[in-house]
Amino acid sequence: MAQISKKTLIYILLGLGALTMIIPFYWMIATSLKTAGEATAMPPVWWPGSMQFSNYVEAFQVAPFGRYLLNSVFVTLLSTIGEVLTAILAAFAFARLNFYGKDILFALLLATMMVPGELLIIPNFVTLANLDWINTYMALIVPWLASVFSVFIVKQRFESISDNLYYAAKIDGCSDFRFLWQVLVPLSRSSIITMVVLKVIGSWNAFLWPLLVTNATEMRTLPVGLQSFTTEAGTRFELLMAASTFVIVPMIVFYMIFQKYIIKGIANTGTKG
Amino acid sequence: MEVRFNSVSMQYDENDKTVLKDMSFDIENHSLVSILGPSGCGKSTTLMLISGLLFPTDGQIFFDDKDVTKKDAVQRKVGMVFQNYALYPHLSVQDNIMFPLKMAGVNKKKRLEKAQELADLVQISEHLNKKPGQLSGGQQQRVAIARALAKEPSILLMDEPLSNLDAKLRTEMREEIRRIQKETGVTTVFVTHDQEEALSISDKVMVLNEGVIQQNSNPQQLYDDPDNLFVARFLGSPEMNIFEMEDIEDSLPQNISGRLKQQGAVLAGIRPESWIHTNSEEAVITGITERIEIVGKERKVSLVLESGQMVDIADVEINFREGDMVSFGTDISNMFFFDGDGNRVVTTDAE
Repeated sequence: MAQISKKTLIYILLGLGALTMIIPFYWMIATSLKTAGEATAMPPVWWPGSMQFSNYVEAFQVAPFGRYLLNSVFVTLLSTIGEVLTAILAAFAFARLNFYGKDILFALLLATMMVPGELLIIPNFVTLANLDWINTYMALIVPWLASVFSVFIVKQRFESISDNLYYAAKIDGCSDFRFLWQVLVPLSRSSIITMVVLKVIGSWNAFLWPLLVTNATEMRTLPVGLQSFTTEAGTRFELLMAASTFVIVPMIVFYMIFQKYIIKGIANTGTKG
Repeated sequence: MEVRFNSVSMQYDENDKTVLKDMSFDIENHSLVSILGPSGCGKSTTLMLISGLLFPTDGQIFFDDKDVTKKDAVQRKVGMVFQNYALYPHLSVQDNIMFPLKMAGVNKKKRLEKAQELADLVQISEHLNKKPGQLSGGQQQRVAIARALAKEPSILLMDEPLSNLDAKLRTEMREEIRRIQKETGVTTVFVTHDQEEALSISDKVMVLNEGVIQQNSNPQQLYDDPDNLFVARFLGSPEMNIFEMEDIEDSLPQNISGRLKQQGAVLAGIRPESWIHTNSEEAVITGITERIEIVGKERKVSLVLESGQMVDIADVEINFREGDMVSFGTDISNMFFFDGDGNRVVTTDAE
């Protein structure tokens, strides 16, 4: 009996946890199908009286979401590819090569992680403004092409791979470059996928930076585009939620595909042997 | 292919101690040579220098008549087997064996043929599609050997290849390595700290200590005719018993002991297995039985002499009891003499 009640308790707690996570999503989807009145009604309406699928159509007419989607995909894709490349190359240099000042340089890189991101917004903005990059893809992509955290994750993984494998590859006639791509990278797959996943989610959801460096509609990304529903006259919640659902779906699909790696990667960060 | 070291020295860092000092040797074509020594003696460094993964601070290395001192591992075309096998964990056994060929740009058909041929040679054909992680230590070692042989290396280098295996498998793989070496005829250098391993499979054994070659000869000669005290003590188990000359000179014919001392002999060594139980008149040593160890059919006795020195005696046929006072003698031909620097002193009469 004690066993059963203990199990019951665990399930109740887990159920509550799951509910807490799900409610915002439910609320978002439910609201996206409500009428304008129901969306702001007090007490809240939990189930829409009649499904307003037309909200989705209307949301798309308010702002050029096709363009936003294209921008989001483009920016996410390029900054992810860029970050993966720089992280792998830098990690290889720090993990395998010997050069003057390597340790100090790496310590400096790590030190930059201590600087709060908000502190960098203004200097970065000024730099981009001076480069005349405001309202360009350059502004959305270039500042995000490298991440010290990613370098760190990948470097840790590379270092855990035996020196003998490197020697064996050398003997087998493998250059440093081929060793990196044909041995180290495949062996570090889960670390790299973790890095990609975190990057994609971060980049897809980025709001503040794209908002700051773009003001032309055709340069906006999806999260920024969601602002279109907030005007001086108030917020059209049912349309905002319809658009939000649309913005979030790709990430949910992405997460489902890679969740195995996300969990494994986060559990292993830094200690992977 | 023949390998020749000409006064090779090696130092990792300028301030570090020298790992290898002025080393010269020849490795004959088609032979299997072991480099034997305690840990830290420079044997792995020697192997790395042959491979081209490391470069000497001084001296030259020749492969046949070619000076390869400045050539890297790929140009030297060496094959190498590592202690922990160093197989590529993400590749199948077949891809592991083909990897060096792929790097060399050999076409796929030839690569597959070669992999099959080598898998047959090292007897792992039924595992070609498995990943290294699914194989036992012995099987992984076979794959590592196949991979090392794939590009038909000029020389096969093995760095403690058996030390990760359990005792039974070690003996088996040792014979396998010998067989594979004989079948392919590839010149092989085998690094080990295990004397039994070195003595049992090598054509020649090079004993190394503190970066200096102590002796480079065939295995039997190392045991029968050691060049110096280090080799004499390093080979053989239990270790050779060493005496001060004055403690045992009474049991030597006077003319011989006189000549030996003239030649500078200060130490005498007698192997534990050379002792013969004898009456006290012919005895070289007399002492009290301190400990008797019986392992299988081997009986080992430790004696404490009057001087307090402990002497090991192996292959004892008579059953003593602990505390018995016993005497042992030996023929003078079983005695080895060394001078103050540890070099062997040989008198013609003593032979």
